[in-house]
Formats: sequence, structure tokens, C-alpha cells
Amino acid sequence: MSPSILDVEGRAASPTILDVEGLSIAFGRPGHGKQVVTDVSFKVERGEALGIVGESGSGKTLTMLSLLRLLPRGAEARAVRASFDGRDLFNLSPAALLEIRGREMAVVFQDPLTALNPVLTVGRQITEVIRRHFRSSAADAQRRAVELLASVGIPDPNLRLRQYPHEFSGGMRQRVTIAMALAGEPRLLIADEPTTALDVTVQAEIVSLIQRLQREKGLTVIWVTHDLALLARIADRVLVMYAGRVVEDAPAAKLFANPRHPYARTLLGSIRQDAPRRNRTTPIPLTAADTGAVGCPFAPRCAEASEQCRSVAPVLKVYGGDTRAACWALDDGSARGAGSLDDGSAQGTGS
Amino acid sequence: MSTAAALLSARGITVTYHRRSLLPLGARERPVQALRSVDLDIFPGETLALVGESGSGKSTLARVLVRTITPTAGTVAFRGSDITGIGGGALRGLRRHFQMVFQDPFSSLNPRLSVGSAIAEPLLVHGLARGRALHERVGECLKMVGLDSSVAARRPHEFSGGQRQRICIARAIACQPDFIVADEALSALDTSLQGQIIDLFQDLKERFALTYLFISHDLSVVRQISDRVAVMYLGQVVELAPTEALYANPKHPYTLALLAAVPVPDPAFERARVYTPLRGEPPSPANPPSGCPFHTRCPRAVERCRSEPPALREAAPGRWVACHLAD
Amino acid sequence: MKALILLYRSPQTRVGLILLTFVILVALAAPLLAPFSPVDVDPTARLLPPLSRVLVSSTHSGASAAHAETALHLLGTDSVGRDVLSRLIYGSRLSLTVGFLAVLISAVFGSLVGCLSGYWGGWVEALSAWLIDVQLSFPFLLLAIFLLGALGGGTLAVVLVLALGTWVNYARIVRAQVLSIKNQGYIEAAHATGAGTLRVLFIHILPNTLSPICVVGSFSMALAILTEAGLSFLGVGLDPSTPSWGTMLNDGRDYLLTAWWIATVPGIAIGVTVLGVTLFGEGLRELLDPRGVR
Repeated sequence: MSPSILDVEGRAASPTILDVEGLSIAFGRPGHGKQVVTDVSFKVERGEALGIVGESGSGKTLTMLSLLRLLPRGAEARAVRASFDGRDLFNLSPAALLEIRGREMAVVFQDPLTALNPVLTVGRQITEVIRRHFRSSAADAQRRAVELLASVGIPDPNLRLRQYPHEFSGGMRQRVTIAMALAGEPRLLIADEPTTALDVTVQAEIVSLIQRLQREKGLTVIWVTHDLALLARIADRVLVMYAGRVVEDAPAAKLFANPRHPYARTLLGSIRQDAPRRNRTTPIPLTAADTGAVGCPFAPRCAEASEQCRSVAPVLKVYGGDTRAACWALDDGSARGAGSLDDGSAQGTGS
Repeated sequence: MSTAAALLSARGITVTYHRRSLLPLGARERPVQALRSVDLDIFPGETLALVGESGSGKSTLARVLVRTITPTAGTVAFRGSDITGIGGGALRGLRRHFQMVFQDPFSSLNPRLSVGSAIAEPLLVHGLARGRALHERVGECLKMVGLDSSVAARRPHEFSGGQRQRICIARAIACQPDFIVADEALSALDTSLQGQIIDLFQDLKERFALTYLFISHDLSVVRQISDRVAVMYLGQVVELAPTEALYANPKHPYTLALLAAVPVPDPAFERARVYTPLRGEPPSPANPPSGCPFHTRCPRAVERCRSEPPALREAAPGRWVACHLAD
Repeated sequence: MKALILLYRSPQTRVGLILLTFVILVALAAPLLAPFSPVDVDPTARLLPPLSRVLVSSTHSGASAAHAETALHLLGTDSVGRDVLSRLIYGSRLSLTVGFLAVLISAVFGSLVGCLSGYWGGWVEALSAWLIDVQLSFPFLLLAIFLLGALGGGTLAVVLVLALGTWVNYARIVRAQVLSIKNQGYIEAAHATGAGTLRVLFIHILPNTLSPICVVGSFSMALAILTEAGLSFLGVGLDPSTPSWGTMLNDGRDYLLTAWWIATVPGIAIGVTVLGVTLFGEGLRELLDPRGVR
């Protein structure tokens, strides 16, 4: 986040590397289709680790894919603004897009088994990335690939280069996909549930690895996960998504200490380890989150839902300067623990 | 361990898989030892958690206990009587007392059967109810898991993941078993729904005096629901202790590593803590290390660990550890 | 039935259903529809083109010539003077019966073999795999000719031979299905509950294999009808005097250039029926596929 960082064109770069506003994604024809992501806005600072947490159906993966223009067929994304380092991601020419994908923005996906081509050696897959982006000779690419494998903690990289994905264990494979993602020397790394399929101890190693790489290379990382506790370890800021919307956006410390949105509170409540025995909680209806809901999508599950909540979707308001939340119950302070204590203000903008 | 009061008792359970090669020629494939001489007691009314990573053998052990897998060696006793070798009708009668809830709510239900039929199956198999009585019992089970009895005619694909898991639980309690194994029953569910299912499990346990074997890799969930925890590594139990004692004061290095690897939802704590990841990867059961199976990754391994496998010993009342350094 | 209504929805299935129903109705109402007897020969009316009129001979009475009746051969007559339309109508009965029976027998047998070999593995699987391989390595037509020769022909023989030719398809597909179903959670759940083998097989496994069986079944029916035609064409199938589309093809073979209607008409009938069966089978498969699975 140093002001002397220069962007691609050599100008002094702004601290914000990714600026998204009003992003919406829908399947099918407009008016007839299904809205899956609604009005998502967030900013990512250079060198920051942003965590995006949400459950199935929250739209977190689709949001990331839309930034790289990798949405499945039939899905359409629109945004007021989606700029990466000053460049508009939604209006790039195909050639410019290829320049950014892999080279400036890279992704690590959840399942290393399917992210790697089983019939190509690992070395071939990594050198492919290098040669695509840097026009290196085969020998140079090979050398660089060995360096990359070593940097992600794979022992004996020269031997491993010649092996096939099935000869690696799950954790090793994920290291390989991280190496592939870093081969393009990107500035932004998107990690989409990279450890969900791995054992707990392996997960901890991969997390440590990405943190170390982030520090060494000044990478900006976006972590997408359903595991909120994990973000306590790795994220500077956390975005909470529910049913395709951002419901809370706060610095990690503030979110864990004092979550404002009822959904964030529910999530945090279900992972607290300091309550060794579960207390009877209020029963929640079992319907899945409705991304096309008219009012607040969390209303059916919310103990504090009012008529307004059910009919009008809440908008994100700023609380305490660095936190945003979308909940009607926070404005009038009627929600329990609505941020009135630690930062002295329960008012939204304009109040 | 005294087996006097145990509901289920396992002694010396060993499960070895031999990989079949098509030709009798060539090098013999190395056998895979999924479980190595495991002893375990489960007491009535308790919730015992089995914790471990891939290759630990926890799922295999659960299946040996409910006798869907026959152990290569060792004995299993139910209420004191040996059930290791029984088969056929006797085994079927026994199945009434054990039920399982599986990880994936999507594939645990036959897509062609209505959920009512799925729940009715144990009742039909054991001849416990027919006709109207059957129908009523199915309705009762649905109500007990928080669903309306009118949904019995619907097919599984009409329900969400959380609801399907509830249906699987309804199926498990239908024939009033004594013992339920939940094999990663929460892993496929969203975090915010897990709490509801945990509550449901607790509720049913209290109402019907059930005993649970709870298998999970998620240590924070385990803490919420279990009375005792058994930690497994590469086919052996390495530590067994009451839940709070385990979390407060783990004795085995692997348990320590496991607990350290789980993130704590407190950023300040996490920032302050220096986490050193465990070396290496979980070894494959086909190629186990000599001596203590954990020694290749253990930060405190000594020479003895390489050569001599430690036995599970009672280091303190109720606290069992398999580690030379804990003696 | 709700099922039929659902079937009616898709346009292609609708067409298939209509075609099939038409053919089945024709077959059922054959005695009412056929203007002539399908087997009576009339040497005086040989090879008449479609829309020919003949004098109906009053053989026993001494009716005066003034009252002579005429009958219309809508589709002409064949080489021995039999009415083509009537033979076509009666022929539908035979072709449909042979086709359906062949499919039924081969489906039941093949699916059972596939199911058991997939479920039990071991020697059952090895044995059936061997049987399948042996069968497949034989050219079917040669096998058919040999068996029909040995069995002496006739409808039942033809049905059995046709069944023999196609059971293998069911066996392989069902076995593959069973292997993948075996690993599904609900099978393990059924075992854990204590369900016996029979229950697991017939309530859990087989119903989930119905979808591919239907597909194979509908294609097989089409294939069976065609093969019966082929066998009769070769002269080893049904008795040449029996009205079946295959024997008609056989008859018409020598007259393709002169009396083309004898062979063309049954050919078209076979085509229409096969189309109907195929379209219907597609629709049936879509219907049987429980939503959310595959």
C-alpha cells in the first residue's frame, strides 16, 4: 500500500487495485431470468487480504468469475463499475482480457483434481502458463517452473516437474495450482475455496503458504470461503454475502468482535468455540435463500424482521467509518448490539 | 478398559485390504491396513466423537462397529455378547439397534422413492409396522425432525440439503435404535444450518436415550456435541479423553497439531499466534511409517518413536494416550 | 394416467405416440380392416398394380354376370395374387408381436444378467462377461441362420433368435449402471438398515436402471422388426405364406422394377413403425429420468 507503487502505465497508482460497484449477475433473458447476484459493491486495496464469506447460493464464486469474464453460458453480468487497476474489466477487448487473465489476475480453485489436466505433466502445465505470458524459451520456462515449485514448498522440484497430477497428494496438487497461478506473476490472486477439499492440517499449511507468498510478493489476495473462522486468520477485511448481496463489509477485527448484520451474527454464533454446549436457538425456517426476493433475502430467517424488511431490500450504509451493512434494523438501533458502543455512532449516512 | 457397562465394545480390531491384482504373477500388491489393532468402548447415553484426517480409518472403524464391514481380526461386542462373526438373520435383527446417517444428503436417498418410503424402509425390513400404523409412524418421524408429515409423498429432489439430512435422520430413528453413527453428517451442510442439525441431534438424544458415534474432521463442531473424543491417526487411536479435557490439555502431539490447525474466530488471537504447520502430508495407509505412525511429522520425535510403536495407555483417569513422551 | 399426459407434452413424443397407436390399432382391428384374406391366393389376379379392380368370382353359385361385384385392391396384389393391403394389415400383427416379445425377453434376461453380475461381481460377473464376449464374437446373422435352421423356423423360433441377438446390450448397460449405483449412499443406507439382497436389488437398484433400459428397449424394438424382416428376406425366418412385412419384402424382391409396390409398401410400414417406436422411446426415457438425477 505504498504510494510509490506505479501502475501498468507508469503513473503513481491509487491504493485501490480493484473497484467494483453495482455488480449484478443474472441467468436467462432480462426480465425472465433469475437474478443471482444483486448490486454488489466493494473495493480492494493493494496488498490487502480481502475475505469473502458466504454459503452456497450466496453468489460469491459467481462474482469472482464475472470479474474474469469466466461466467457460464447464459449468465450475464452488468456493473456500474468494475475496474482493475484503472482498467474497465467489462469493456476490454478479448486480447486485453487475455492479457489480464493469468498475468495480472489469477485464480486458484477449490478442487485441485479437476483444475489440473490429468494427461499432462505438471511441468508442462506450469511452463505453458509461463510461455503464454512471457514468451520465454523452453529452457527458461523450465527453470522458472522449478523455482516456482520450490517456492510453494514442493521438495525435489526437478523430479516433480516430470510427474503427472495423480502422482501428487491432494495438498501437493493444490500447491501446484498455486504455482501455476503465480507463474504469471499476477498482482491479484483470487483463491476460491482453495482448502475446502483438504484435510485440516494440510489446510493450515496451504493457508500459511499463501500468506507467506503474499508478504514476499506484495500480492493482493481475495479469499472466498464458507469458513468464517478461517478468515480470522488470514483476512484484513471481510465481505459477508447472502443470497447474492453484500450484507456486511467490515475490517476483520470489527466483524468478529461486533457483527452488525443478523446473518453475520448467526454465522459467528454457529462457530464460536467458547460455547462448549449448544443452547437451544430459535428455530429458523428451512427454505433456501431466495436470490430474487423482493425485500431483504434474510427476512424469513431473521428474528428482527419487520414489514419494511420484507418489502424493501435494505441498502448498504456506512457505520463507524469503515463498516458497511445492509439492514433496516440497524438504523433505528432496534437491533441488538447495533454498533452503538464502540464507535459512538449508530447512525447511517445522512442521519 | 472395563467393558462392564459398555454398549459397544471393540478389541483388537484390524482391517486389512488386499488389492486384488488380475494376474497371480508379478509382485504382490502391498496390503492396506485401514485399522491396526484398535480397542474402543462406547458407553450407553454418551456421544463419542471420532476425529481424524483422511487415512485415519475413522469411517472404517464405525462400519466395523455396526458390522457392515467384517474385521480381519478382533472382536466386537454389543451389550456384552460377541457379534463379530454373526451373519444372516441374526445380523439383520441386530441392525435394528444400529443406524447410520451419512455425509451426503443428496446420494443417501433413493431418488426414485418418496421420502415416506425411505423412512418406512427400516420398519418394513424389520417387520415393525404395516399399513396404517406404518403411515402414522412415518408421519411421527417426520414431525420429530421438524418437517411436516404431509411431505411424505414427495421425492428427495424437492427438498434442500438441510431438509434431506433431516429426512435421513428421520429414517435413522424410525425403528428406535439404540446407537446411531453420524458419519460426517454435518460436513455437507452450510455452516448456519449445522447448528440446527446439531440441536436436532441433541434433542433426539435426550428424548430417546440414544448413544452416538459422531465422526467428523471439524473440531469446532465436535466440541459442541460430544462427551468424549477419540483422535485417530493412520488406523490407530492416538488419544481418547473427555471433550473439555482434550481441548484444554491435549497430550498427543498430533492432537496438538490438529487443534492448532483449526482457526479460532478471533483475529487478534490469530495474529498474535505463531503457527508452524506440521511437516509433510498424512501418510498413506499402504505405506505406513515404522514405530509410531506419527513420528515422521512429529516435532518431538525421538529415537524410540522410530522403532517402537507406542501402546494406548491410561495416562490419567479417563485419559488415554499412545505416545512414548506422555508416559 | 398422469404419465400419458406428460408423455403427450413433448412434440416428438406426441408424434411417436400417435404413430405407434395407429399401428397398434391397425394390428388389433386387422380382421375388420382388411378387405381381403391375407392368405388366399388368386392366380388370376397376380401382380396387379395399386387401385386395380377385380371381379369377385362367385365360385359356388350360378349368379348371373349382370350381378358381378368388383373389389378394389388399394395397394395391388403380389406374385400369387394376394391383396397387398390385407397382408400389410395382418403383417403388422406379426411384426409388432415378434418385435415386442423379442424385446421383452431380451430385456428381462439381459437386465437380470447385467444386474446380478454388476452387483455380485466375482464369478457371476466373470461368467457373464465370458458369455457376452462369446456371443459378440459370433456374427449374428450366421448364428441366426444356423439356429433357425436347427429349430426349424416358425414364429417362436424367430422371437427367441432375435432375443438372443440383443440381450447383450441390456446386460452391458445395466451392469455399468449397477456398478455406479452400487456406490451411492442410499445403497449403503439400505444395507445398514438391514435390507436383504432381494430388496436392495429390486427396490433400490433396478428401478434406477430403468432409464437406460427404456432407451435400449425402444431402439431394440426397431431393430427387432428390421431384423425379422431381414431374416425373412433371407428366407430363414417365418414361413413365406405368413403375412409379415419381412416375408412381403422377400416376395417383392424379384419384382422391384416391375411390381414395385409389393416390396415398397411394407418397407414404408416398417419405417413408420420404427420411427414411432424410436420417438416414443425417447419420450419415455425423458419421463423416467427422475429430475435431479443425471
